[in-house]
Amino acid sequence: MILRYILRRLAFLPLTLLLVALATFVVLRLTGNPVDIFLDINRTPEQVEALTQRLHLDLPIPAQFLIFLRDLLHGDFGESLQFSGSAATVVWDRAGATFQLAGTALGLAVLLGVTGGIVCAVWRDRLVDTIISSIAVAGQSMPSFWLGMLLIEFFALQMRWLPTSGYGEPRHLVLPAITLATILLPNFVLITRTSILELMGEQFVVTGRSKGLSRGRVLITHILPNAINPVLSFLGIQIGTLMAGSIITETIYAWPGVGRLLIGSIFKRDVPVVEAAVFFIATTIALANLTVDVLQMLIDPRIRRS
Amino acid sequence: MTAIAIPQKTPQKKKRRALFGKRFKMTVGGTILAVAVLCAIFAPLLTPWDPDQQDLLVRLKPGFWSDKGAPGHFLGTDNYGRDLLSRLIYGSRLSIMVGVSAMLLSALIGSTAGVIAGLKGGWTEQVIMRFADAQMAFPDILLAILMVAALGGNATNLIIVLGISRWMVYARVVFGLTRSLKQRPFVEAATLYGGKDFYVMWRHILPQVAPVLIVVATLQVAQMILQETALSFLGLGIPPPAATWGNILAEGNTRLFIAPWIANFAGLSIIALVWGVNMLGNGLREHYDPKMVGR
Repeated sequence: MILRYILRRLAFLPLTLLLVALATFVVLRLTGNPVDIFLDINRTPEQVEALTQRLHLDLPIPAQFLIFLRDLLHGDFGESLQFSGSAATVVWDRAGATFQLAGTALGLAVLLGVTGGIVCAVWRDRLVDTIISSIAVAGQSMPSFWLGMLLIEFFALQMRWLPTSGYGEPRHLVLPAITLATILLPNFVLITRTSILELMGEQFVVTGRSKGLSRGRVLITHILPNAINPVLSFLGIQIGTLMAGSIITETIYAWPGVGRLLIGSIFKRDVPVVEAAVFFIATTIALANLTVDVLQMLIDPRIRRS
Repeated sequence: MTAIAIPQKTPQKKKRRALFGKRFKMTVGGTILAVAVLCAIFAPLLTPWDPDQQDLLVRLKPGFWSDKGAPGHFLGTDNYGRDLLSRLIYGSRLSIMVGVSAMLLSALIGSTAGVIAGLKGGWTEQVIMRFADAQMAFPDILLAILMVAALGGNATNLIIVLGISRWMVYARVVFGLTRSLKQRPFVEAATLYGGKDFYVMWRHILPQVAPVLIVVATLQVAQMILQETALSFLGLGIPPPAATWGNILAEGNTRLFIAPWIANFAGLSIIALVWGVNMLGNGLREHYDPKMVGR
């Protein structure tokens, strides 16, 4: 049963990835000839021809797409133009840094966001709720890159507690993780608050209260278990925001992840690496969504039955 | 539904009123937006300096808070001695223009697609909505980055790119509403009387969808403005020396240590406007749909 569901969801994965591949391909072929942009003025005709052949640019467009798809199936995006080695390896080497940053930020956002949301819902319309909710709405209006700058200004330049950028030690992770977490945090606060408030009107909650359970007990045994699912499905949606936010955060802090590689490669017209990086990000999102769906189904039997 | 089934035995506690009611939100948000729009329109009258006029003698001078500042430059100057206040005011023109136009474009595409999918159903619905789903799985900023990299950054391209990257938000909302409206008697009657699809959409569906559309659109303007500044910050927006908030912020980022005020005032401008628009949107949502006040 569960296996069949997973298999059915997996069947949709190639379709999404095919659309991603098509979009990447179309957009990058619109950019003009990568050969012109990549080789400098002193190029020789032999260099031009070699690069054209290497990128299969001498073939008609549909044939180029088929070759692109064939190579994709082999996980082969071609050789990077700016680094030595295959584009897939170049991207994969930086995946660890991105996962580290995104994972820490997501954990932080979920933990603080859900806690904040519960506090807001329990003390609805009291001072705590007003303060936290207002901060959350203000946080949604905050450009993450400006928050990153403010953190650098204060913690790195003024107080000199933390480094402005770098990678490797835990202290390097602090500011980027906070910045990225802040993009998601307000959303988690508000969605948790709404989910709990909606549940508070449900019959089983009213019944629980009327048979004499305390507010706290009803919250823990009846409301919270039911609030997990809406929050989880929201988490699935937010994975895309997380990956998009990591592109910006990595750029601010010079974090050696896939996002910064992508932006750098766009400016260098390193087509194979751009393709590989976009594909990596899209695949991560698709797989994360799949995981969330399966988790939801494991937690909530109602979804399994429908 | 549940409220009907349960007799209200326990006396309800006195309803606590939220500190910030919808009227407060709409007033504050609307005022901020109105002030920003007026500043943008009357920029030439308000700014003491030409936003592109360079004066290398007064580069990177602080503003009114310091006595080392250059006279007449209220918020200080940037790396080329350009007046920061003037650049911020002129920057609001581009940010608001791009944000609103991109919102209009995506609302147009998205609600058309949503209405058609909801009204036609079947095969048309599957194609449109599955396409929307697929694009949902693809981060919008990634699509925007790729498209700007391909087409080049200028105001028109930015509007097109941002408009295309978020149409599915409207499509999903409008689709859901249209599908339920389709079964309502007045729509069925209009169809049975021989009303053409376009007539039914325009005359019967759209007015019903309009309140929700207004709320979503308002909140999307805020997202669009943020998105535009993010692209500018990554170097993929309208290229410098154009005065956009994202560009000013990006310039400020490279001089954070010697001239932090550049980034700070650009950031403050962005957060003030986006917050105002968000407040207005939330207020409108509570106004049109009191059931969702909890959100």
